[in-house]
Amino acid sequence: MDRHWRGVRAALHALATTVLLVPGGAAVADAPAGGEWPTSAGDPQGTRFSPLDQITARNVGSLKLAFSFATGNDKGHEAAPLIIGDTMYLVTPYPNTVYALDLRQPTATVKWKFDPKPQASSQGVACCDVVNRGAAYADGRLFINTLDMQTIAIDAASGRELWRTRLGDISRGETMTMAPLVVKDKVLVGNSGGEMGIRGWLTALDAATGKVAWRAWSTGPDKDVLISASFKPYYAQDRGSDLGVKTWPGNAWNIGGGTVWGFVSYDPELDLIFYGTANPGPWNPEQRPGPNKWTSGVFARRPATGEALWFYQWSPHDLHDYDGVNENVLLDLPIGGRQRPVLVHPDRNGYLYVLDRATGQVLSADPFAPVTTSTSVDLETGALKYNPQKDPRAGETVRNICPASPGAKDWQPSAWSPRTKLLYIPHQNLCQDAEPYQVSYIAGTPYVGADIKMYPGPGGHRGEFTAWDPVARKKAWSLKEMFPVWSGALATAGDVVFYGTMDGAFKAVDAKTGAPLWQFKTNSGVIGQPISYRGPDGKQYVAVLAGVGGWAGAIVSGPIDPRDGTAALGFVNAMRDLPEYTKKGGMLYVFALP
Amino acid sequence: MSSRCPERRFVRLALAVAVAIATTSALPAFGAERKLRVCAEPDNLPLSGAQETGFENRIARLLADELGADLVYEWQPQRRGFVRKTIGADLCDVWMGVPAGFERLLTTRPYYRSRYVFLNRADAGEPLRSFADPRLATLRIGIQLIGNDLAATPPAHALARAGATDNVVGYNVYGDGSAAERIGADLAAGRLDAALVWGPQAGYFTDHLAVPLAITPAIAPRGFDLPFDFAIAIGVRKGAADLRRDLDAALARRAADIDAILDAYHVPRIAETTSTAAATAPSRP
Repeated sequence: MDRHWRGVRAALHALATTVLLVPGGAAVADAPAGGEWPTSAGDPQGTRFSPLDQITARNVGSLKLAFSFATGNDKGHEAAPLIIGDTMYLVTPYPNTVYALDLRQPTATVKWKFDPKPQASSQGVACCDVVNRGAAYADGRLFINTLDMQTIAIDAASGRELWRTRLGDISRGETMTMAPLVVKDKVLVGNSGGEMGIRGWLTALDAATGKVAWRAWSTGPDKDVLISASFKPYYAQDRGSDLGVKTWPGNAWNIGGGTVWGFVSYDPELDLIFYGTANPGPWNPEQRPGPNKWTSGVFARRPATGEALWFYQWSPHDLHDYDGVNENVLLDLPIGGRQRPVLVHPDRNGYLYVLDRATGQVLSADPFAPVTTSTSVDLETGALKYNPQKDPRAGETVRNICPASPGAKDWQPSAWSPRTKLLYIPHQNLCQDAEPYQVSYIAGTPYVGADIKMYPGPGGHRGEFTAWDPVARKKAWSLKEMFPVWSGALATAGDVVFYGTMDGAFKAVDAKTGAPLWQFKTNSGVIGQPISYRGPDGKQYVAVLAGVGGWAGAIVSGPIDPRDGTAALGFVNAMRDLPEYTKKGGMLYVFALP
Repeated sequence: MSSRCPERRFVRLALAVAVAIATTSALPAFGAERKLRVCAEPDNLPLSGAQETGFENRIARLLADELGADLVYEWQPQRRGFVRKTIGADLCDVWMGVPAGFERLLTTRPYYRSRYVFLNRADAGEPLRSFADPRLATLRIGIQLIGNDLAATPPAHALARAGATDNVVGYNVYGDGSAAERIGADLAAGRLDAALVWGPQAGYFTDHLAVPLAITPAIAPRGFDLPFDFAIAIGVRKGAADLRRDLDAALARRAADIDAILDAYHVPRIAETTSTAAATAPSRP
C-alpha cells in the first residue's frame, strides 16, 4: 500500500514537473499573471478578486479536497496564504511560525519552516486572541510581523532570516497582528493595543535593510502625524494646525490609541496608500471630550515619505469601540455620470462608505446593517450624526446599542468582483447592552465601569454575508449565518464567491444570486482569508486556513468560561454555543476540481 | 447516657469527617501538604511585591500559617483577564485584596475598608480637598487610568462629570510598576498639583517620599452615585465555598494581627458601620 502510494506520488510529481517545464525552461518561478496571490488581498487595491475562471458556478459542486496541512497551532487563524511561483507561504498565530510549502509536490511538502521565537509574554498582552493576519512578499523576500513587535524579513527561497527590526515594547501593551504591505521599497506595518494606552502608528521600513524610513503617528502634533503643506482634507473640521493635539484634553493624545492593525491598500496611479486608524483610548469618552483626531478614520499618504494628503474621520470622538481599521477597497466606479476613483469601506459603525480617493470626499454612506448609535452621515459636512440616547455613561444602563463593539463588520475583509460589480461583505449582526457595575479591581485599583453583553441583532442570526452594490447604494442579496462571519471573502472570475463560517463550513455561493453551490465541513471554524491560485499543474486551486479563535472565537481557542458573558470584552455572551459546533485546531485546506 | 451515646458518637464522627473534608479542601491530593496558592502581581507595592514585602503578602503569610498550609505564589502582572489567566487556569486558588462583591470570584468577609483620598504636598498652601473646589479644572491632578469600557476610578469619573479633563493626568495601571508610586513621585517633584489615589497606596507612599504628602479622605460630589469607599476581601474560585469558609475563619481569628500589618503600612481605614460592606459595595449585575 505504502509503496503503491509512493509510486503514484512519484508519477504525479513527474507529471507536475513536466507540465511546469513545458512553457519555457525557467518559467517555473514566473507563474502566469493572475495565478499567484502575492498579498493578503491578492492585489494592492485590496479587491480579493481572482481572475481565474476554471471553477465556475456550474462545476464548483464537484470541488474536492486536493490536500491539507495541519499547522499544529490551536489559536485563531486569520491569515491569508501567499502564493509566489510554486510556493505557498503560511504564517500562524503566535508563535508566528512561517511555513513554505512546495506546491510541485502533490501533498505540498514543507520546503522550510521558520520560527521567529517571539517573547512568550506577548500572549498576555494581546487583547483578542494571538492572531496574525498574514505575510507580505516582494523581490524574493517574505515579511512577517510577530506578536512581540518585530518585523522580520526572510529569504523566500531558503527560509533564512535577512533582518529583524523591533518596533515597540510589549511590556507597555503594544502588539502587532496586521499583515504588512510592500509598496516599492517600503514595508508598511502598524501596531495594535489601543485599549492599553498605546499611541498608534504606521511605520515604513526599508525592505532591503529593515531600517525605519518613516513613522506616521495617529495622534499628536502635525510633525509626528507627518502633516505638512500638502495635507488637503476635504472637510473643514479636519483643517487646522496640530489637531492631533488640540482635539484632546491636555496630553491625552499621548496615549490616545488610533492603532493601525487593519489592511493597507495602494493606488499606483495616484501613488497613495490608504489605511484606517483604530478607536481612541484609553480614557473613557467623558474624559476625552473632542473629536480625538486622528482616530477612527482613514489616511491617504505618500508611500515614499509618509506625508499625509487627506484624512476623513468615520467616527469622531468614538463612543463604542468602533475602530476605523476595516479595509479600503480601491475601485473606479461610475458615480454621478462619470467614472471616479473611489475607496469603498464597510465600517464598524455600520455604514458602507464610498469616498473619492483623490480628495477624501464622501460620495455616499449607507447603513448595511442595523444601526441605532447614529442616524445618518451628513454628505455636506461628512459628519456622522450620533444618536445621544445610545451614548454610554458611567453608572447608567444603555440597551440596544447597535452595532455592538465589534461593529457591523470587524477586520474580516470583503471582496469585489469587477464582473458582478458587487462588494461581498462578511459581517456580524450583533447588538449590545452596557450595564454599569460597581466593583472591579486591577493592580491595586478598585474601579467601576460597564459590562458589555453582546447578543444577536434583529432577526436573531449573528452573522451575515452581504453582496452590496456601491453604485446603486443597496444590498443585492444576503445570506444569514448562525455565527458572525469572521472569515474573509474571495470573489473569482468563475462568478463563484467563497467564505467560511465559525461553525466550520467553507462555502461557495453564486456571485450573482447568492445561491449556495457547495460546502465543505472543516475540522475547526473558519476565520481565515480564502485565496485562489493557479497551481504548477495549471489548475485553479482555492485555499483557506481553518482554526477558530480571534475576538469572536476566543471561547473555543482560549480558556474562557462560557458562563462569564462579559469575557472577551463581552463577546462571549453572544457566542456561548460555539463550542457545541466546532473545536480548535489550525488546518490548511486546498481544493480543486477533480 | 448509654442510649444517647451511639448518636453522639455518630455526630462526632460526622463532624470529624466534615472537619477533615474542610481542612483538606485546598489539597491537590489527599495526604499531601496543604498549599495556599496565591496569584499576585510582582510589582505593585505596597500591596504586593516579588520579595513578598507587600501587606497583602504579609497577610497571606499569616493566613497560610493559620491554616497550616504552605504559601505558594504564582506571580503574574495584573492585566486584563487576570482571573481567567490565574484562578481560571488553576494556577492558584486565591487573589488577595479584591473588593467585596467582586463578581468574577467568590469573596470572603472583608478584612478592611478604605476609600479614595486626595493627596497634596504637605507644604501646599491651599490643598485640593473637594470636588467643589473652583480650581478643579485648572490644577494638574493625577489619577490612575484603567481604560476600556468606561472603566475608571470613581474619582476619575467624578472629575469628568465636573468638567475637569484638560489638566487631569492619567497613570496607566498596566506596566511601568505601581501607578500610585509614579503619582506620588510626580507630586513630590512638583509635576502634579494634587492627586486622587486609592487610600492604601496613598498611605504607604506618603511615608516613602522625600517631600511629605498630606492625605484627605475624598468625599463624592453631591448627587454622584459611584462609591468612593470599598470593603476589601479575598477572592477565591466560584464554588470554592470550603476554602472561603476556612479563610473567613482565619480572617476572624487573626483580625488583630491583620490590623497591625495594615497599621504598619499606614493603610487608612474606615470603621465598619451598621450597613454591611456588601450592601454598600454591591456586586455587578
